[in-house]
Amino acid sequence: MVNIIVCMKQALDVAALKIDPSTRAPVTIGVPRKISDFDKNAVEEAVQLKEKHGGTITVVTMGRPEATESIKETLAMGGDVGCLLTDPSFEGSDTLATSYVLAEGIKKLGDFDLIICGETSIDGFSSQIGPRLAERLNLPQITYVKSMSLDGDVVKAERDLEDGVQVVEAKIPLLVTVTNEINTPRLPSLMAILKASSKEIKTWSASDLGVPEDKVGSAGSAIEIIKVVAPETKRKNIIIQDKPVEEAVEELARAIVKEGVI
Amino acid sequence: MSISESKSVWIFSEDKQVAHELLGKGRELAGDLGVKLEALIIGQNVSDQADEFFAFGADTVYVAEDPMLNVFQVETYASVIADLITQYDPEILLIGATKRGRELAPRVATKMETGCSANCTTLNIDGTTKRLLMSRMVYGGNAVSTQICQTNPQIVTVPPKTFEKPEQEERIGNKISADVKIQESRVKILETRKRELIGARLEDSKVIVAGGRGIKKKEDFRMLEELATTLNGQVGCTRPIAGDLKWFSEWIGLSGLMVKPDLYVACGISGAIQHLAGIRDSKIIVAINKDPEALIFESTDYGIVGDLYSIVPALNKALKENLGK
Repeated sequence: MVNIIVCMKQALDVAALKIDPSTRAPVTIGVPRKISDFDKNAVEEAVQLKEKHGGTITVVTMGRPEATESIKETLAMGGDVGCLLTDPSFEGSDTLATSYVLAEGIKKLGDFDLIICGETSIDGFSSQIGPRLAERLNLPQITYVKSMSLDGDVVKAERDLEDGVQVVEAKIPLLVTVTNEINTPRLPSLMAILKASSKEIKTWSASDLGVPEDKVGSAGSAIEIIKVVAPETKRKNIIIQDKPVEEAVEELARAIVKEGVI
Repeated sequence: MSISESKSVWIFSEDKQVAHELLGKGRELAGDLGVKLEALIIGQNVSDQADEFFAFGADTVYVAEDPMLNVFQVETYASVIADLITQYDPEILLIGATKRGRELAPRVATKMETGCSANCTTLNIDGTTKRLLMSRMVYGGNAVSTQICQTNPQIVTVPPKTFEKPEQEERIGNKISADVKIQESRVKILETRKRELIGARLEDSKVIVAGGRGIKKKEDFRMLEELATTLNGQVGCTRPIAGDLKWFSEWIGLSGLMVKPDLYVACGISGAIQHLAGIRDSKIIVAINKDPEALIFESTDYGIVGDLYSIVPALNKALKENLGK
């Protein structure tokens, strides 16, 4: 039996993001939100561990009320219980404040063996929540996991690093972050989706968690955003189309030589 | 402690090359603030590296040596760095954004209850507030966020190769043997399977010829290798090719290697934004793709719409002729 907590982020679907041409600011209003890709791998890994060892899976997220939709998706994939930490005061949290709220939520949930997070989120891409949460809960961490197994109370994992693959082990409880190579997240069946609608989703506010206002949201954050703009990318955009191969490559080869980059 | 001693700029990377790069930028920031540049060296028998750190610009080097620090372990290293921060109170801490650095920095930042900006590629001191202005890519590379950290130390991670390694100068500095409490790691390393490094590192290459999902078989990368050879470059790939198909051990993109060659040739790469973010700083980007609607064409200088299987060998031939090879 293994009690697993999966941290999930309902992220902005960055592929659908548009840039305001006059201000160069990204327009986030109206952009669809979805489960951050790597977090689906985290859910899938939890489900596979549960299939092998039994236990429960609780999916925790901090977000707006509409994150409930993403939680339901994870419950359809095989999660047992959802937990939404939501409060207007949580808006504008950086990783310091977010990890605080998540840690308080996880403490309130009670005992667990394993926390699984995605390696990073598709919109923020900071890879900070896993390590910050591990520190707050005083847990060992194993990051960038591309395969893992549980044997008794020991997790053995392969980590993908720049200079090679590291094989490590640690006793539970611990926190792991997974890469998107670790598995292929399942697409839930219609039956599973229907079944998931009756699963419990706990919804906790700041007062339910007992977190003070100055530790959450913008007030509890150390990072202040000054501006967000799309980078200027001035590319020539000379595209050769509908020409015979010989002619096209000759044109390209000359252009490359002329650029003086080779 | 006097102010000039207490408000220094610190740098750390477990990768010596990256640490040297950070010293270059750190020197500039410390100069703007009128404070000392200080570096941390952690490991076993690493004390003699200090001279090199002085030559690259460090005023002070804190050396933490212990058999327990022989190999990078995130819990252990985080405990050492946090202990040193508590003792010496730096203003800014730059950490190399290697994979190890990226898991270390948030752990240290949490111990110190401070902020951390990850993967920053532009760093400046704000003239009025004297805080560090940090810029990083967000939304999958669609935008750049400029931010400041309101608490100390201001922690920031910097990807390898973001800043040039400075020229070495004949300088001396102050080496301090650090007295630190070391927390033992609860994670045990059983084995490290080193990656074979063939030739130079991809990040160092002036020309990169990269393949994506448009390449049907692993053997077909030979075409790209031939083109790369003509251009004195190296071959790279996208995350699906390395991560899913495992034809290569590393990929180019936001989650992998960030590259900035003089010439980047993208073959059969659709242009997922995470990939584009990893090549954004390339001088010239060339794309070959059969889909005229492929996103990559929006971010290229030159492109050919067509079948890469006929274009790549033909381009190789044309380049050879143009280069007189």
